[in-house]
Amino acid sequence: MEFLQPSTWEEALAAKAAFPDAVPIQGGTDVMVEMNFDRRRPDVLLDLGRVRELADWASDAGSLRVGAGVTYARVIAELGAMLPGLALAARTVGSPQIRNRGTVGGNLGAASPAGDSHPPLLAAGAVYEVASAARGARRIPAHEFYLGPKRNALEPDELIAAIYLAPAAGGQQFAKVGTRNAMVIAACSFAVAVDRSARTIGTGIGSAGPTPLQAPDAERYLAGVITDEGLWESGRLPDEAVLERFGALVADAARPIDDVRATASYRRHALTVMGRRTATWALRDGR
Amino acid sequence: MRLKCTVNGEAQEVDGVWEGESLLYVLRERMALPGSKNACEQGECGSCSVYLNGNLVCSCLVAAGQAEGADITTVEGLAREDGLHPIQRAFVEAGAVQCGFCTPGFVVATHDLLRRNADPSEMEIREALAGNLCRCTGYTKIVDAVRLAAERLELERRQA
Repeated sequence: MEFLQPSTWEEALAAKAAFPDAVPIQGGTDVMVEMNFDRRRPDVLLDLGRVRELADWASDAGSLRVGAGVTYARVIAELGAMLPGLALAARTVGSPQIRNRGTVGGNLGAASPAGDSHPPLLAAGAVYEVASAARGARRIPAHEFYLGPKRNALEPDELIAAIYLAPAAGGQQFAKVGTRNAMVIAACSFAVAVDRSARTIGTGIGSAGPTPLQAPDAERYLAGVITDEGLWESGRLPDEAVLERFGALVADAARPIDDVRATASYRRHALTVMGRRTATWALRDGR
Repeated sequence: MRLKCTVNGEAQEVDGVWEGESLLYVLRERMALPGSKNACEQGECGSCSVYLNGNLVCSCLVAAGQAEGADITTVEGLAREDGLHPIQRAFVEAGAVQCGFCTPGFVVATHDLLRRNADPSEMEIREALAGNLCRCTGYTKIVDAVRLAAERLELERRQA
């Protein structure tokens, strides 16, 4: 096995161009499990842990650029106030040991429908920056990034550079159902982001379809009711029936299957409940 | 590859390391440091917990090549010259050790908790140790041990 350890982004892209089959590794929380269990023996392992450019985040013209190598622990500690939805999801990832190593970029690379970062990033309208040595950087909106189970829009010579998203302009919430409080892969999850400046509602569904999904009908419905009833101005919560309808529309947008973690019907039920609850919390949070 | 790193304050150099093997394997099989335990190999159980450059990690999820040049502290590095670390003593005294297999990981994770939070609540203890599994004790005595260790360390600080 070839082990490549670039220390700059330029070197990393050159390595990926030279070895398109190289498996990138950051915190190792996915890749090492596959190697330990002999499910994967890559010919080339590309360690991105020393690429300094990936480990930083910065605020730029009202937007945040979070490097793909920023760990969940740092998202919680350093970005919790600006990105509460992503930070809430990060808190549910694994355990302290996992959050110290695992990265949001790694979550995107693995592109598991159950990845905890995806719902809050979809809800907040994040855009991902990917790059190759040959063609430079390009940006992919979160909702165009996920192509299938564990498949994303990266070309073989590309690597994930960063995530762009605006600091929260309203309440953001995340909920996840699983068998215990820690160390759990979501049976299903849901994130909602209220944007009081744009007057929109964003959603993200996890682990209830072949990819992470949005619920556009639910988003339009709730934002429409809030606008029609003047609730952006008054700060009052919509009626319970409206929030229940929102939850039902979230569940309608899911495409769940029966598997080891839950049945499709349970996932739909849980999304109905999580949709209503998280929307209530998020609308209450940001008033 | 030849792997160079610092383990428990000592410079280590080992030859013939496969870059894709885990740091846990390197520690146990190549450096004769069997304190970190090998159980799940997927980051679920925490019994291989070590410090990597000051961060609590599962050593089974660190590729050997990623540990090149790193500063590592294992459970073996926590004991003091005069014997057990106060956290280790507290685990023994509180009855938090039964079969003992998970204990090294719990000791390192507790060390990480108490250096950041000298007087954690029960919720904080359970949250900090959520990545460490014990199939014997039911955790009650482990929580007792963490509290006892916190008290002892506080006493030490006052006497220092």
